[in-house]
Order: sequence, then structure tokens, then C-alpha cells
Amino acid sequence: MLLIDCPWCGPRDEIEFRYGGQAGVAYPEDPADTTDEEWAQYVFMRDNPKGWFHERWFHAAGCRTWFTVRRHTVTHEITAPEGRGRDAAGGA
Amino acid sequence: MRDQVHPEFLWRNPDPRPSYDVIIVGGGGHGLATAYYLAKNHGITDVAVVEKGWLAGGNMARNTTIIRSNYLWDESAAIYEHSLKLWEGLSEELDYDLMFSQRGVLNLAHTLADVREGVRRVNANRLNGVDAEWLEPDEVKKFCPIVNVSPDVRYPVLGATLQRRGGIAKHDHVAWAYARKADEMGVDLIQGCEVTGFDISGGRVRGVQTAKGRIGARRAVALAAAGHTSVLAAKAGVRLPLQSHPLQALVSELLEPVLDCVVMSNAVHVYVSQAHKGELVMGAGIDAYNSYGQRGSFHVIEQQMSAALELFPVFERVRVLRTWAGIVDVSPDASPIIGHTPVENLYINAGWGTGGFKATPGSGWVYADTIANGRPHPLAEPFALERFTTGALIDEHGAAAVAH
Repeated sequence: MLLIDCPWCGPRDEIEFRYGGQAGVAYPEDPADTTDEEWAQYVFMRDNPKGWFHERWFHAAGCRTWFTVRRHTVTHEITAPEGRGRDAAGGA
Repeated sequence: MRDQVHPEFLWRNPDPRPSYDVIIVGGGGHGLATAYYLAKNHGITDVAVVEKGWLAGGNMARNTTIIRSNYLWDESAAIYEHSLKLWEGLSEELDYDLMFSQRGVLNLAHTLADVREGVRRVNANRLNGVDAEWLEPDEVKKFCPIVNVSPDVRYPVLGATLQRRGGIAKHDHVAWAYARKADEMGVDLIQGCEVTGFDISGGRVRGVQTAKGRIGARRAVALAAAGHTSVLAAKAGVRLPLQSHPLQALVSELLEPVLDCVVMSNAVHVYVSQAHKGELVMGAGIDAYNSYGQRGSFHVIEQQMSAALELFPVFERVRVLRTWAGIVDVSPDASPIIGHTPVENLYINAGWGTGGFKATPGSGWVYADTIANGRPHPLAEPFALERFTTGALIDEHGAAAVAH
């Protein structure tokens, strides 16, 4: 089980959290002008790296904060995100 | 079926030649089946299957071997039923006892929504010529006496779908049988040969870089790499709607025969069968996070066990022998992606997620046909990558029967 460091509550067991997937997926700036290809990128396409990954977690059974962590997808090691706010919506 | 005497070697272990007509990346069930059908159905034998580890050592060695075709939509029913029909003659065709046992697959319903979805799926299956029945709780009890159908549990059994032609097979035998036949027809099976990059020029793939040097591909490079498809595709500059997750399973110690069918429950996240050897094989839902670590979190196993015990109180004192995880490539609509990529001559067969084993023959069949003819096989056409742009998704989250 992962031990996830919530920015508000501190380290807690994974079962308290829900997963939000890749961080930093921004909503299209001009939805009316967004092509089908761009919508497909926004809605369905995601990075899926073998290695370090910036991802969103939601402290569902705690403070209910959404935040970003940097996690390694092979070792599952978790660190603070690099060069971005932990609580910025979408992970900046 | 003659008695199975295991020869020491079922295939050669060749060094790669400088080039082939077709290179298949991934020596699991789908890759081996694709190589077999390329040779058998299309006469294309100048084929290499390159595998970074050993043959069938990934998800082919880690799945729970359940076979069925009771999917909801026409497109899915067509491809999975094609696969099931191939299973029904496969032991004879490959001259190898695959221990294919059509013992029936139950998909339990625990809520009113489950019941409605199940009945709808039974009707849809019948319209598509797929055998399906709806069982009320007392009929479930009759078909599988050790299932607890008491109303006094947290998630009572309110009914089940039954596909009598569904069942299980011996996964290793499937891979070995395909590998042996492909090898006999001239396919090179190259193990310990990780693909590290692609030679792409003029928008067309012309070969692969591997741990054993460059190998040229005159007609096609075909990905069959399951959970690692995104990593490979990224090396070719292709971004995919796939996320790789651990999918855990476990086996018990060996028991006397106690369960003679397959029981699945989407709502409580467990699916159970008893292998020929005697162990109970149980699968869980996926772990929520992306991972390539081939292991998952313990609470998933714990939830899976509690679900199994509620359904099967008789398993109370059964001991777990081992647990493991495979890395499954999950697509947004729980359906596979088969066909072309934006890179010419680079083909994809991925996104089978939690249910690829059952599709092994059908997937190999349509993928080989797609590669041989340079256009999607009619059964593969709806599963093109373009559906995520057009919006023509094939949502099989209900029939996938594993929580995503």
C-alpha cells in the first residue's frame, strides 16, 4: 500500500485517497474553437510513462484536498512535485 | 488428443536475421497467435517475434484464464465470439491439449442496476447469436451450489448471467502451442531482445533497434506489448489513450474439486475458478494508480478476499498460496485498439485491459489479417484508434466484469 503525503494532513494510507491521473491536463482555452483532434487529446490521450509521473490525488476520506505528487511508476516512490504547486488546480 | 509428452524444446532459439517482412513486438499470447495466423492464413512466414523477456512471461503467465464472449455491443460480441469459436477447435488445430474447459461462466448481479444491465446483456447476446441465459438466485444456487445466495448479506446475489460455452484454458499450453506451430512454419521467436527504438523515415517505420542490434522490417512492425504499449509507442512519437495499471490475482493451496464453473462479480470485485490442478484462481479489480511495477497494494487483495468469502463461505479456511500482479493497458472505453497508427506500417493491438486472454485467438486472427492486407479486418475496424477522435466509443465497462 502506498503512503501518500497529503499537504494538509501529512502521510496517510492509500485507502484514504482517490486517484486523479495525470496532473497538468488543462481545459482547452477556447472550447468553441477546439478541433475534434484537440478534444481527443484533452479528453482521452494521457502520458503513461515508465518512470517519474506527476499525478493528482484526492484525500477523499480526509481533508478532501486535491493535490499533485511526483511518483515513480516502477518503484512507487513518492516525492514532492518538481517546480509546481501541489495544490494548483490541474497541477499547473 | 494424444497424451502430452513434453519435449525439451518446442521451438528453436535463433539469432535475429538482418531483416524480416514483419516484426511482431511482444512474445505473449497475442503476439504468438498473430505470428501463427500470419503464417497459416496468409503464407507470411518471414516473421520475427521479438520479446524482451521470455515467451509468454508477462500477462500471459499472470491472467486468470477466463474465456467468454458475452459482451454487450455488436462490435465486441462479434470479435469475442469469433475468438470463442476459434477456442472451440484450437486444441485439435494446434495439436496440443489446451485444457479448454467450457464449464460455464456466471456473472453475478448484486444490485437492481446490475440486474437490469445483466438482463439487457443476455438479450443483446442472444440477438448476436451468443449463448446467454438469465438465472434467478435459486437457479444460481442450483448451477453453483457453493455460492451463498442468502438475502442476509451486504451484497446479496439477485441473479446472474450464464454463458455455458464460457470457461477456462491452460494459459501456458496456449502460448506454447502457438509458439511451436509458428516456429515450425518458419517464424523466428527471439527472446531476450528488447525493442529500444524504431527506425522511422518519411513517416514510415523501416525497422526496430533492439538489444540484439537493428532488425529491418520490410512490410510491418506490429506492436503486441500489452501494458508496455504506451512506452513503445512513445518511442515512435505516438501518444495513446492507454493507462497501465496493476491487476492482481492470487491462487489458493490445492484443493479437492469444489467449484466446477467460473463465477465473476463486477460489483464486489472478484472472479473465481478452480484450475485443473486444484488451486482456486481469483482475480481482483485493478489498482487505481498507473504502474509498471508488476505488484499492487495489499488492500486490493484484502477486499477481493472479503468479497470471495461473502460469496463462498466454504472458502473460509482456505490458505492463499501466492499473489501477483500483471500490468494491464486500460483504454477509456474498456475496449481494445487494433489497427493503424499515425506511423505508416506501424500497427497497434493493445488496450485489451483486464480481458485479453479470452481474445487471444480472435485477436491474433484479425491482427494478422490487418497486417497482411494493410487494412483493418472487418471485425477490427470499429476498434481503430480514430474512434477517440470521432467519438464512436465501444463502452464495455459493464461486460468487462473487472472494476476499472
